[in-house]
Amino acid sequence: MTARTLLVRGMLVGVVAGLLAVAFSSLFGEPQINNAIAYEAAHTPPGDHEHELVSRTLQATVGLAVAVLVYGAALGGVFGLAFAFAYGRLGRLGARPTALLVAAVGFVAVYAAPFVKYPASPPAVGNPDTIGRRTALYFLMIVVSVAVAIVATLVGRSLNRRLDTWTASLVAVAVFVAVVALAGLVLPAVDEVPGDFSATLLWRFRLASLGTQLVLWTTFGLLFGALTERSLRRQADKTPQAAAVG
Amino acid sequence: MAQVSALSTPHSAPAPVAIPLRDLLPWAVFGLLLVLVAVYFVGAEQGATSLVSGHWVHEVTHDGRHILGFPCH
Repeated sequence: MTARTLLVRGMLVGVVAGLLAVAFSSLFGEPQINNAIAYEAAHTPPGDHEHELVSRTLQATVGLAVAVLVYGAALGGVFGLAFAFAYGRLGRLGARPTALLVAAVGFVAVYAAPFVKYPASPPAVGNPDTIGRRTALYFLMIVVSVAVAIVATLVGRSLNRRLDTWTASLVAVAVFVAVVALAGLVLPAVDEVPGDFSATLLWRFRLASLGTQLVLWTTFGLLFGALTERSLRRQADKTPQAAAVG
Repeated sequence: MAQVSALSTPHSAPAPVAIPLRDLLPWAVFGLLLVLVAVYFVGAEQGATSLVSGHWVHEVTHDGRHILGFPCH
Protein backbone atom coordinates (compact mmCIF):
# COMPACT_ATOMS: atom_id res chain seq x y z
CA MET A 1 0.00 0.00 0.00
CA THR A 2 1.55 3.28 -1.11
CA ALA A 3 0.47 6.92 -1.06
CA ARG A 4 0.22 6.72 -4.85
CA THR A 5 -2.28 3.81 -4.76
CA LEU A 6 -4.38 5.54 -2.10
CA LEU A 7 -4.42 8.88 -3.95
CA VAL A 8 -5.53 7.23 -7.21
CA ARG A 9 -8.12 5.12 -5.38
CA GLY A 10 -9.40 8.21 -3.57
CA MET A 11 -9.85 10.14 -6.81
CA LEU A 12 -11.65 7.23 -8.51
CA VAL A 13 -13.91 6.74 -5.49
CA GLY A 14 -14.44 10.51 -5.61
CA VAL A 15 -15.73 10.28 -9.18
CA VAL A 16 -18.16 7.48 -8.22
CA ALA A 17 -19.27 9.48 -5.17
CA GLY A 18 -19.66 12.52 -7.46
CA LEU A 19 -21.93 10.55 -9.83
CA LEU A 20 -24.17 9.50 -6.91
CA ALA A 21 -24.18 13.09 -5.60
CA VAL A 22 -25.14 14.41 -9.07
CA ALA A 23 -28.08 11.97 -9.13
CA PHE A 24 -29.12 13.03 -5.62
CA SER A 25 -28.85 16.74 -6.29
CA SER A 26 -30.70 16.62 -9.63
CA LEU A 27 -33.49 14.78 -7.84
CA PHE A 28 -33.71 16.92 -4.68
CA GLY A 29 -31.71 20.10 -5.32
CA GLU A 30 -32.66 21.13 -8.85
CA PRO A 31 -36.42 21.56 -8.16
CA GLN A 32 -35.53 23.99 -5.35
CA ILE A 33 -33.02 25.88 -7.51
CA ASN A 34 -35.70 26.24 -10.19
CA ASN A 35 -38.22 27.52 -7.64
CA ALA A 36 -35.67 30.04 -6.37
CA ILE A 37 -34.91 31.22 -9.91
CA ALA A 38 -38.65 31.61 -10.53
CA TYR A 39 -38.85 33.81 -7.40
CA GLU A 40 -35.80 35.78 -8.61
CA ALA A 41 -37.35 36.32 -12.06
CA ALA A 42 -40.63 37.48 -10.52
CA HIS A 43 -38.75 40.09 -8.48
CA THR A 44 -36.52 41.43 -11.25
CA PRO A 45 -37.90 44.52 -13.02
CA PRO A 46 -38.79 43.77 -16.66
CA GLY A 47 -35.98 44.58 -19.07
CA ASP A 48 -33.45 44.05 -16.28
CA HIS A 49 -33.00 40.34 -17.03
CA GLU A 50 -29.47 39.22 -17.67
CA HIS A 51 -28.61 37.72 -21.03
CA GLU A 52 -28.31 33.94 -20.60
CA LEU A 53 -24.75 32.85 -21.37
CA VAL A 54 -25.41 29.21 -20.56
CA SER A 55 -28.96 27.82 -20.81
CA ARG A 56 -30.75 26.65 -17.64
CA THR A 57 -30.97 23.12 -19.07
CA LEU A 58 -27.19 23.02 -19.56
CA GLN A 59 -26.59 24.46 -16.08
CA ALA A 60 -28.86 21.90 -14.43
CA THR A 61 -27.34 18.89 -16.24
CA VAL A 62 -23.81 19.18 -17.66
CA GLY A 63 -22.88 22.15 -15.48
CA LEU A 64 -24.06 20.49 -12.29
CA ALA A 65 -22.26 17.26 -13.23
CA VAL A 66 -18.97 19.03 -14.08
CA ALA A 67 -18.92 21.00 -10.83
CA VAL A 68 -19.86 18.08 -8.56
CA LEU A 69 -17.53 15.59 -10.32
CA VAL A 70 -14.51 17.93 -10.14
CA TYR A 71 -15.30 18.60 -6.47
CA GLY A 72 -15.77 14.88 -5.79
CA ALA A 73 -12.53 13.83 -7.50
CA ALA A 74 -10.53 16.59 -5.77
CA LEU A 75 -11.86 15.90 -2.28
CA GLY A 76 -11.73 12.15 -2.92
CA GLY A 77 -7.99 12.48 -3.63
CA VAL A 78 -7.43 14.43 -0.42
CA PHE A 79 -9.56 11.89 1.41
CA GLY A 80 -7.26 9.12 0.11
CA LEU A 81 -4.22 11.03 1.42
CA ALA A 82 -5.90 11.70 4.78
CA PHE A 83 -6.60 7.97 4.99
CA ALA A 84 -2.93 7.28 4.20
CA PHE A 85 -1.99 9.45 7.20
CA ALA A 86 -4.59 7.90 9.52
CA TYR A 87 -4.23 4.21 8.64
CA GLY A 88 -1.95 2.39 11.08
CA ARG A 89 -1.86 5.43 13.38
CA LEU A 90 -5.20 4.82 15.09
CA GLY A 91 -4.26 1.83 17.22
CA ARG A 92 -5.47 -1.41 15.68
CA LEU A 93 -8.33 0.17 13.73
CA GLY A 94 -8.66 -1.64 10.37
CA ALA A 95 -9.07 -0.18 6.87
CA ARG A 96 -12.88 0.01 6.79
CA PRO A 97 -13.47 1.70 10.16
CA THR A 98 -10.49 4.02 9.55
CA ALA A 99 -11.99 5.09 6.19
CA LEU A 100 -15.41 5.70 7.75
CA LEU A 101 -13.90 7.70 10.62
CA VAL A 102 -11.82 9.86 8.25
CA ALA A 103 -14.95 10.44 6.13
CA ALA A 104 -17.00 11.45 9.18
CA VAL A 105 -14.33 13.89 10.36
CA GLY A 106 -13.95 15.22 6.81
CA PHE A 107 -17.70 15.76 6.38
CA VAL A 108 -17.94 17.67 9.66
CA ALA A 109 -14.75 19.72 9.18
CA VAL A 110 -15.07 20.55 5.46
CA TYR A 111 -18.83 21.00 5.20
CA ALA A 112 -21.06 20.57 8.27
CA ALA A 113 -19.30 22.92 10.71
CA PRO A 114 -18.94 25.79 8.16
CA PHE A 115 -22.58 25.10 7.14
CA VAL A 116 -23.75 25.79 10.70
CA LYS A 117 -22.32 29.32 10.47
CA TYR A 118 -22.75 30.03 6.75
CA PRO A 119 -25.42 27.66 5.38
CA ALA A 120 -25.79 26.98 1.66
CA SER A 121 -28.23 29.33 -0.06
CA PRO A 122 -30.28 29.02 -3.24
CA PRO A 123 -30.26 31.62 -6.05
CA ALA A 124 -32.05 34.89 -5.10
CA VAL A 125 -30.71 34.61 -1.53
CA GLY A 126 -27.60 36.75 -1.23
CA ASN A 127 -26.79 40.25 -2.38
CA PRO A 128 -24.48 40.27 -5.46
CA ASP A 129 -22.60 43.23 -3.98
CA THR A 130 -21.45 41.22 -0.95
CA ILE A 131 -20.20 38.16 -2.86
CA GLY A 132 -16.55 38.99 -2.13
CA ARG A 133 -17.09 39.30 1.60
CA ARG A 134 -19.34 36.22 1.79
CA THR A 135 -16.89 34.08 -0.19
CA ALA A 136 -13.94 35.19 1.96
CA LEU A 137 -15.86 34.47 5.19
CA TYR A 138 -17.01 31.06 3.97
CA PHE A 139 -13.51 29.96 2.92
CA LEU A 140 -12.10 31.33 6.18
CA MET A 141 -14.63 29.25 8.12
CA ILE A 142 -13.59 26.11 6.17
CA VAL A 143 -9.88 26.78 6.80
CA VAL A 144 -10.47 27.34 10.54
CA SER A 145 -12.67 24.24 10.85
CA VAL A 146 -10.23 21.95 8.98
CA ALA A 147 -7.20 23.33 10.86
CA VAL A 148 -8.92 22.89 14.25
CA ALA A 149 -9.97 19.34 13.29
CA ILE A 150 -6.33 18.46 12.53
CA VAL A 151 -5.07 20.07 15.76
CA ALA A 152 -7.81 18.39 17.81
CA THR A 153 -6.88 15.00 16.31
CA LEU A 154 -3.21 15.52 17.26
CA VAL A 155 -4.24 16.61 20.77
CA GLY A 156 -6.38 13.48 21.12
CA ARG A 157 -3.52 11.26 19.95
CA SER A 158 -1.04 12.73 22.39
CA LEU A 159 -3.55 12.53 25.26
CA ASN A 160 -4.07 8.85 24.44
CA ARG A 161 -0.69 8.15 26.06
CA ARG A 162 -2.12 9.10 29.46
CA LEU A 163 -5.89 8.72 29.01
CA ASP A 164 -7.83 5.82 27.53
CA THR A 165 -8.90 6.07 23.88
CA TRP A 166 -12.54 6.90 24.66
CA THR A 167 -11.71 9.80 26.98
CA ALA A 168 -8.94 11.12 24.71
CA SER A 169 -11.38 11.09 21.74
CA LEU A 170 -14.02 12.94 23.76
CA VAL A 171 -11.47 15.61 24.71
CA ALA A 172 -10.49 15.96 21.02
CA VAL A 173 -14.15 16.39 20.00
CA ALA A 174 -14.68 18.93 22.81
CA VAL A 175 -11.63 20.94 21.67
CA PHE A 176 -13.00 20.98 18.10
CA VAL A 177 -16.52 22.01 19.11
CA ALA A 178 -15.29 24.72 21.51
CA VAL A 179 -12.79 26.38 19.15
CA VAL A 180 -15.08 26.23 16.07
CA ALA A 181 -18.02 27.58 18.10
CA LEU A 182 -15.79 30.42 19.28
CA ALA A 183 -14.80 31.19 15.66
CA GLY A 184 -18.49 31.14 14.74
CA LEU A 185 -19.26 33.64 17.50
CA VAL A 186 -16.42 35.98 16.51
CA LEU A 187 -17.01 35.98 12.72
CA PRO A 188 -19.75 38.33 11.42
CA ALA A 189 -23.19 36.95 10.56
CA VAL A 190 -24.51 36.83 6.98
CA ASP A 191 -28.29 37.16 6.69
CA GLU A 192 -29.43 38.20 3.23
CA VAL A 193 -32.67 36.21 2.87
CA PRO A 194 -35.35 38.44 1.31
CA GLY A 195 -38.29 39.01 3.68
CA ASP A 196 -40.87 37.30 1.47
CA PHE A 197 -38.67 34.37 0.44
CA SER A 198 -40.35 31.01 1.10
CA ALA A 199 -39.06 29.45 4.32
CA THR A 200 -40.05 26.00 3.05
CA LEU A 201 -38.03 26.49 -0.13
CA LEU A 202 -34.99 27.66 1.85
CA TRP A 203 -35.26 24.69 4.23
CA ARG A 204 -35.65 22.18 1.38
CA PHE A 205 -32.71 23.64 -0.52
CA ARG A 206 -30.46 23.46 2.55
CA LEU A 207 -31.55 19.86 3.24
CA ALA A 208 -30.75 18.99 -0.39
CA SER A 209 -27.31 20.60 -0.03
CA LEU A 210 -26.65 18.71 3.21
CA GLY A 211 -27.86 15.48 1.60
CA THR A 212 -25.62 15.95 -1.45
CA GLN A 213 -22.54 16.34 0.75
CA LEU A 214 -23.62 13.41 2.92
CA VAL A 215 -23.89 11.20 -0.19
CA LEU A 216 -20.36 12.26 -1.22
CA TRP A 217 -18.68 11.61 2.14
CA THR A 218 -20.60 8.41 2.91
CA THR A 219 -19.47 7.00 -0.44
CA PHE A 220 -15.87 8.08 0.28
CA GLY A 221 -15.95 6.26 3.62
CA LEU A 222 -17.74 3.06 2.65
CA LEU A 223 -16.48 2.45 -0.90
CA PHE A 224 -12.86 3.45 -0.20
CA GLY A 225 -12.83 1.30 2.94
CA ALA A 226 -14.25 -1.72 1.12
CA LEU A 227 -11.79 -1.44 -1.80
CA THR A 228 -8.78 -0.97 0.51
CA GLU A 229 -9.81 -3.91 2.70
CA ARG A 230 -10.13 -6.09 -0.40
CA SER A 231 -6.71 -5.13 -1.76
CA LEU A 232 -5.07 -5.69 1.66
CA ARG A 233 -6.66 -9.15 1.84
CA ARG A 234 -5.35 -10.01 -1.61
CA GLN A 235 -1.82 -8.90 -0.69
CA ALA A 236 -1.98 -10.91 2.53
CA ASP A 237 -3.12 -13.99 0.59
CA LYS A 238 -0.24 -13.64 -1.85
CA THR A 239 2.38 -13.32 0.89
CA PRO A 240 1.13 -15.37 3.83
CA GLN A 241 4.33 -14.88 5.81
CA ALA A 242 3.95 -11.09 5.73
CA ALA A 243 0.42 -11.26 7.10
CA ALA A 244 0.90 -7.94 8.88
CA VAL A 245 -0.64 -6.05 5.97
CA GLY A 246 -4.19 -7.12 6.90
CA MET B 1 5.39 -0.55 1.57
CA ALA B 2 2.97 -3.38 2.07
CA GLN B 3 5.74 -5.86 2.67
CA VAL B 4 7.02 -4.10 5.78
CA SER B 5 6.95 -6.94 8.24
CA ALA B 6 5.61 -6.56 11.71
CA LEU B 7 5.45 -9.79 13.63
CA SER B 8 1.89 -10.56 14.51
CA THR B 9 0.97 -12.34 17.67
CA PRO B 10 -0.75 -15.65 16.99
CA HIS B 11 -4.02 -14.81 18.71
CA SER B 12 -4.84 -11.38 17.30
CA ALA B 13 -5.44 -9.95 13.86
CA PRO B 14 -2.28 -8.37 12.40
CA ALA B 15 -1.84 -4.70 13.30
CA PRO B 16 -2.23 -2.20 10.46
CA VAL B 17 1.12 -0.86 9.21
CA ALA B 18 1.38 2.92 8.83
CA ILE B 19 2.97 4.51 5.75
CA PRO B 20 6.04 6.54 6.83
CA LEU B 21 5.38 10.30 6.91
CA ARG B 22 8.30 11.12 4.61
CA ASP B 23 6.72 8.96 1.89
CA LEU B 24 3.41 10.78 2.29
CA LEU B 25 4.55 14.37 2.44
CA PRO B 26 5.27 15.08 -1.26
CA TRP B 27 1.92 13.55 -2.28
CA ALA B 28 0.10 15.47 0.41
CA VAL B 29 1.62 18.82 -0.61
CA PHE B 30 0.95 18.25 -4.32
CA GLY B 31 -2.55 16.90 -3.68
CA LEU B 32 -3.43 19.83 -1.46
CA LEU B 33 -2.28 22.36 -4.07
CA LEU B 34 -4.36 20.64 -6.78
CA VAL B 35 -7.40 20.59 -4.52
CA LEU B 36 -7.08 24.29 -3.79
CA VAL B 37 -7.10 25.04 -7.53
CA ALA B 38 -10.02 22.67 -8.25
CA VAL B 39 -12.15 23.91 -5.36
CA TYR B 40 -11.37 27.51 -6.28
CA PHE B 41 -12.64 27.01 -9.84
CA VAL B 42 -15.74 25.11 -8.77
CA GLY B 43 -16.48 27.35 -5.80
CA ALA B 44 -15.30 30.90 -6.42
CA GLU B 45 -13.91 31.73 -9.90
CA GLN B 46 -15.81 34.59 -11.57
CA GLY B 47 -17.71 35.15 -8.37
CA ALA B 48 -15.66 36.97 -5.75
CA THR B 49 -12.53 37.04 -7.91
CA SER B 50 -11.93 36.37 -11.59
CA LEU B 51 -8.80 34.95 -13.26
CA VAL B 52 -10.45 33.99 -16.56
CA SER B 53 -12.37 36.78 -18.27
CA GLY B 54 -16.09 36.42 -18.92
CA HIS B 55 -18.74 34.57 -16.93
CA TRP B 56 -18.81 31.08 -18.38
CA VAL B 57 -16.99 29.33 -15.50
CA HIS B 58 -19.50 30.85 -13.09
CA GLU B 59 -22.44 30.04 -15.37
CA VAL B 60 -21.44 26.40 -15.94
CA THR B 61 -20.70 25.63 -12.29
CA HIS B 62 -23.65 27.73 -11.07
CA ASP B 63 -25.99 24.97 -9.81
CA GLY B 64 -23.22 22.84 -8.36
CA ARG B 65 -21.81 25.89 -6.59
CA HIS B 66 -25.14 26.54 -4.83
CA ILE B 67 -25.74 22.87 -3.97
CA LEU B 68 -22.23 22.25 -2.64
CA GLY B 69 -22.63 25.19 -0.27
CA PHE B 70 -20.49 27.95 -1.85
CA PRO B 71 -21.74 31.54 -1.84
CA CYS B 72 -22.98 32.63 -5.27
CA HIS B 73 -24.23 35.93 -6.74
